[in-house]
Amino acid sequence: MMIWVNQIVQGILLGGYYAVIACGLSFMFSVMRIINLAHGSLAIVAAFGLYVLADQFGFDPFGALIIVLPAMGVIGWVLQRTILERSQRGGMLVPILSTFGLSIVIDNLLFEHFGADTRSLAPYIDELSWDSWQLTDDISIGKLAAITFVTAVLILGGLQLFLTRTQLGRAIRATAEDPDTVGLIGINARRVNAAAAAIAMLTVGVAGAFLGMRATFDPYAGGPQLIFAFEAAVIGGAGSLWGTLIGGIVLGVAQSIGAQINPQGFLITGHVVFLVVLLARLHVDEIGTRFRKTMRRSA
Amino acid sequence: MSLLEIRNLDVRHGLLQAVRDLSLSVEKGETIALVGANGAGKTTLLRTIAGAHMPAGGSVVFNGIDITTIPAYRRVGLGVALVPEGRRLFGQMSVEENLVLARSAGRRGDWTVERVLEAFPNLKPRRHAKAGNLSGGEQQATAIGRALMTNPEVLILDEVSLGLSPLAVDRVYASLQSLIGGGTTIILVEQDLRRAMRVADRIVCMLEGRIVLEGKRGEISREQVSEAYFGLGTDKGRVHA
Repeated sequence: MMIWVNQIVQGILLGGYYAVIACGLSFMFSVMRIINLAHGSLAIVAAFGLYVLADQFGFDPFGALIIVLPAMGVIGWVLQRTILERSQRGGMLVPILSTFGLSIVIDNLLFEHFGADTRSLAPYIDELSWDSWQLTDDISIGKLAAITFVTAVLILGGLQLFLTRTQLGRAIRATAEDPDTVGLIGINARRVNAAAAAIAMLTVGVAGAFLGMRATFDPYAGGPQLIFAFEAAVIGGAGSLWGTLIGGIVLGVAQSIGAQINPQGFLITGHVVFLVVLLARLHVDEIGTRFRKTMRRSA
Repeated sequence: MSLLEIRNLDVRHGLLQAVRDLSLSVEKGETIALVGANGAGKTTLLRTIAGAHMPAGGSVVFNGIDITTIPAYRRVGLGVALVPEGRRLFGQMSVEENLVLARSAGRRGDWTVERVLEAFPNLKPRRHAKAGNLSGGEQQATAIGRALMTNPEVLILDEVSLGLSPLAVDRVYASLQSLIGGGTTIILVEQDLRRAMRVADRIVCMLEGRIVLEGKRGEISREQVSEAYFGLGTDKGRVHA
C-alpha cells in the first residue's frame, strides 16, 4: 500500500518538473498562438550553457542562471523577431514547420560542438542531487524534487501575477486577444510579442537547469522533453497556467504509477493518459455544446 | 494651421479603391460628422487617420507632423485616438483593465479611470465586470472611455450608435456633449442624420470615396445632405458654405 502512496507522492513532485517545462510552451501558445517545436531543444541549450559555465568556469549551476537566464531572454526576443514573427505571417502552420527546422539545427549544432556524450549538472550541486527528507519509512522526498516543485508553483504564480497586475502583462493578454486593436490604444504589438517570447524563454532556461540537475542530457535530448511539455500542457488545457501544473502532476503521477505496475510502463502510461484526456476532452466539448444548445432551445 | 490636414488621400482594399483623392482639414476644437451610405469609405477614412490602414497615396498631417507612414500605436502617442467600429474591447478583461491599458501610449493628461467613470456613470457598478459581459451601451461607453484614457487631441468615433438601443444612444451622446463642450476635437461617423446635424459643427458627406458635400451646421439643409447621401444632387461639387 505504502509503495503506491510513495509512487503518487513522487509522481506529484515529478509533475512539478513537467509544469516548469510545459509552462513556457503553454504561455507561448496562449499569447502568440505559436506552437514552438524547438521548445525542448532550447531547454537543452540552456542546460549546456549551465554545464559549460559550471565545468569550465567553476560556476555553481544556480548562480550560473544569472548569466543563462538573460541570455535565454535575448534568444527569445531574437527568435520572435527573426523567425516566429515572419513565419506567422504565413499562417498558423508555418511556425510549426520553422520551429521544427530550428530544433533540428539546434540539436545538430549542439552535437557538432559537444559530441554524443551524456552530461549532467548533478556533479556540480553536491549532495543536493541525492539528498532527501525522510517522511516515513517508505516515503522520502528528494530535496531537488521539492525545490523543483516549489519553483514550478512560484513561476506559475509569478506569471499569473505578472499577467494580471502589470501593464506589460495586461498588454500581453490584450495582444493575445486582439493584436489589431492594441495598436489603436498605443501598444506596440510586435514589442509585446517579443517580450512575451523572452519571458517564455526564461522559463525554458529554468526548465533546462532542473533537467540538467535531476537527470542527464545530450544534444538530442530535446525531443522527449518537448513531448513531456506538450503532454502536460494539453492535459492541463493549453493556455491555462494553473492547468499546466495540474497537467504536469497528472502526467507525473501516471508515469510513476505506470512504472510501479511494470518497469517498462513509465512512458507508455504517460502517453496513454495523455491520449485518453485528449479524446475525453474532444468528447466532453461535444457533449457540452449539445447541452448548451438544448438549454438555449428550452430557454 | 489646422490640427489635422488630409491631402489627396487614396486608400485601397486590394483592388477596391475605398477613398479617392480626398482632402479634408479639421480645426482644433471642431466637431465633424461624417455621413454617407454604407461603402462610402467613411470607416476606411477614419482607420487611415488612426493608422490602422496605410494609404496608397496622399498625406495625413497632424499637428504639423506628417503621420502618413507612422504606425497606429505611435499615432496614439501623438494624440490620435480611434473608437473602432464594433467597439473591439478586450472581452476577457475587466472594464478597468481595458481602461488602464490605454495608458500604454504614455500621454499625459487629466483622464483617469475615475474621471471616465464620472463621465459614464453607467460603468461605475461594472468596473470589475468582464468587458465581454457588458450590454452594448456599456461596451460603447467603455470603448470611448478607453480612447479618452490615451488623452487624445482628436477623438475619432466610428458608428457609436450602431447596435445600441435609442436610450443607450442618448446616454452616449449626452456624455459626448460634455466632451464637445470641453473643447475636444471630434470626428464622428453617424448614420442618424438628425443627430449628426445636432452635435456637429460641420457635416461632411461622402459618396464612393469622395466628399460630395460639406458645410457648417445651419448653413446646409437636411435635403441637401440627403441628396448628396444618395448621389441624387445635380450639382456634385462641394457646397462651401
